[in-house]
Amino acid sequence: MASSAMAQGVGGITALMPSFSSSNRLQLGFSKHLPEWKRSSIAIRLDASFSQSSNSRKRASKLVTSAVVVKDETATSPATSKTGHELLLFEALREGLDEEMERDPRVCVVGEDVGHYGGSYKVTKGMAEKYGDLRVLDTPIAENSFTGMGVGAAMTGLRPVIEGMNMGFLLLAFNQISNNCGMLHYTSGGQFTIPVVIRGPGGVGRQLGAEHSQRLESYFQSVPGLQMVACSTPYNAKGLMKAAIRSENPVILFEHVLLYNLKEKIPDEEYVCCLEEAEMVRPGADVTILTYSRMRYHVMQAAKTLVNKGYDPEIIDIRSLKPFDLHTIGNSIKKTHRVLIVEECMRTGGIGASLRAAIIENFWDYLDAPIMCLSSQDVPTPYAGTLEDWTVVQPPQIVSAVEQICQ
Amino acid sequence: MTTMSTARIPPASSPCIARKPKASSNTGKLPRVYVKPGWLRKDLMGSNLRFSEFRSAKLPCSPLTVSAIASASELVKERIETKSELLVTREEGLELYEDMILGRSFEDMCAQMYYRGKMFGFVHLYNGQEAVSTGFIKMLKAHDSVCSTYRDHVHALSKGVPARAVMSELFGKTTGCCRGQGGSMHMFSKEHGVLGGFAFIGEGIPVALGAAFSSKYKQEVLKDEKANAVTVAFFGDGTCNNGQFFESLNMAALWKLPIIFVVENNLWAIGMSHIRATSVPDIWEKGPAFGMPGVHVDGMDVLKVREVAKEAVARARRGDGPTLVECETYRFRGHSLADPDELRNPAEKAHYAARDPIVSLKKYLIENNLANESDLKSIEKKIDEIIEEAVEFADASPLPQRGQLLENVFADPKGFGIGPDGRYRCEDPGFTAGTAQV
Repeated sequence: MASSAMAQGVGGITALMPSFSSSNRLQLGFSKHLPEWKRSSIAIRLDASFSQSSNSRKRASKLVTSAVVVKDETATSPATSKTGHELLLFEALREGLDEEMERDPRVCVVGEDVGHYGGSYKVTKGMAEKYGDLRVLDTPIAENSFTGMGVGAAMTGLRPVIEGMNMGFLLLAFNQISNNCGMLHYTSGGQFTIPVVIRGPGGVGRQLGAEHSQRLESYFQSVPGLQMVACSTPYNAKGLMKAAIRSENPVILFEHVLLYNLKEKIPDEEYVCCLEEAEMVRPGADVTILTYSRMRYHVMQAAKTLVNKGYDPEIIDIRSLKPFDLHTIGNSIKKTHRVLIVEECMRTGGIGASLRAAIIENFWDYLDAPIMCLSSQDVPTPYAGTLEDWTVVQPPQIVSAVEQICQ
Repeated sequence: MTTMSTARIPPASSPCIARKPKASSNTGKLPRVYVKPGWLRKDLMGSNLRFSEFRSAKLPCSPLTVSAIASASELVKERIETKSELLVTREEGLELYEDMILGRSFEDMCAQMYYRGKMFGFVHLYNGQEAVSTGFIKMLKAHDSVCSTYRDHVHALSKGVPARAVMSELFGKTTGCCRGQGGSMHMFSKEHGVLGGFAFIGEGIPVALGAAFSSKYKQEVLKDEKANAVTVAFFGDGTCNNGQFFESLNMAALWKLPIIFVVENNLWAIGMSHIRATSVPDIWEKGPAFGMPGVHVDGMDVLKVREVAKEAVARARRGDGPTLVECETYRFRGHSLADPDELRNPAEKAHYAARDPIVSLKKYLIENNLANESDLKSIEKKIDEIIEEAVEFADASPLPQRGQLLENVFADPKGFGIGPDGRYRCEDPGFTAGTAQV
């Protein structure tokens, strides 16, 4: 059966579909129910092996055109692990959260349906049974107030992890996130720290409608005093979750609704990712492609086509949306002299817009071509599947953008 | 001076708080501020039957009944007539007096300094409302927390923040309690448990809720029995129409958090009268709707406020949950120093000026032989000296230097990120000079 074959690919990233009941990992039969054009795109993604397990690396070395090369030299690379365990992204988040809650009894989770329900995307499944109803607190539907409650708890010694059931709901908490999370450390003259983590799924899903498909990273990026990170693989999801909880700063961790079922083998030993660093996904020479979250996978898919056409793109997952890792980005630009930004935010005022400004400010002399930025259309995400696909950036657009930039 | 056709002082029959019902009034219709039997529901109050019993045992008439709305002078008259025990000892009385004088003098000095150009921006003064701050905060312990709004100078002072630190903060100097970075509306003190100082109304209430949650968490999860801190959230009548107020009432009652919601109902939200803004102006009535006791008290009488505070704090510390206390009070000055205060009827202002909490307490202390004129005069002199010293200190303090600009944005300055050279921005020598690019 097609689904089991997909699942058995060692370390292969499984298809992208939100799942509300998580227990069945082989729940890939949905692919049969999708229209032909969507099914084929999923099959392509599955062929690319993104994992850092030894099997896939061997395979990669045999192929002339490999979509992913692992960065071996950094300490945070999962390639150094000989053994590991495979899990899905939401399980990786849970593992990170669980480890931190065991390590520090002050860490608690606050949000809607995080306790008995296990989280709307099952990130906190089983944790209320383990840690109790006060440590994994089911709140009433009052985002502004329970976010403020998290801030007050953080000021008085706790380390809450506040979950927005969907990132879009945090628009209701904007008062608290902007005024209190962002500014309180400053206006109190440094007396109070706000070590909160605000996390939740955002981004454009599969026909979830306009209000459930928002990208709040562009709204929060101007708030001083906040750090923002976006996870994209099980490895960096767990690492960033742990780093965010350990950080003394308020951190917003952006997850993506469609990435929760990605499967990857991650190290058994404990590791933490750096909040401020970007991740080199594929070293290259012709063009720097900067991306994050779900668009990483569209870029990877486009990369296969580009490599076949003879291009050598360097792909960086920026991971840290605020602040930008200008070192990794800068080194790449100094090498390739061409930049393409691929993001899911709106064209106006998105992360890409800020990144473009930062690159122009810092690396203008190294650019041989204008920076191209592919973003979502400035429209409310439509419900219809065809329209929705046209609002976000698709791999063919990325391919033609690279061709244009590199001429 | 504009006058409007509707009466400023609500008539006795209005749904709003009845002001001074005459003892002999026989309208046959009780003003709505008496405590309805409903709120003493035992299932809500738990062991708080003691609340009502305590009242009737200690006081000839519960402050929560009609006569509680009487002014302090009437209460004093009843005291002497019934020869019941006094509400405070001499030490307590003098402490209360000193705190209220400190608050009043400080705010008066603020006004002077503002008009002399020593402080700028929005400054909201607390004159007239001292009884609420003193009454509640003097019942708290050092490890308890207080959360306020932009009218926060006196809350900070009552909680123990030195006057010189508050004055420096207002002058924008580095020696201020928030290093000059907060200002009038953002008074914080970790040492004294002052959680702010918030410019937007309502945004401080969830923060207070969080502090109360912390207290409960430390007791139940971290098993720290000494963590019985109580949090008091102060806010005004305008805030009581805001969503965060209701959301916080719900969660506080749901989880029985050790918090007291104190409404300083001074009838005016800048120029918006409480009666024009609120469908049901009795704010205390909203407490039982969320499952907590709602209490109304005369906020111009520090002794009455103190009695209510005593019980509410004890209730919270016992673990019985939150209380909503509505204090009927009044601000003698405008909303802020920029407010011309033209809308309020002079008769209303005069009415409340006659109920000045400091004057009332002074009268009480003297008439009950707890203190004499010279005691009180020496307190006033002491406070004057403190305030003078605070101003001198603030004047002499340095202004913040450029290097302070980037500090405190992040608790961990690595949050400014990695620069093009591979080093963290905060390692840039320009960072401490405030000139680094971030």
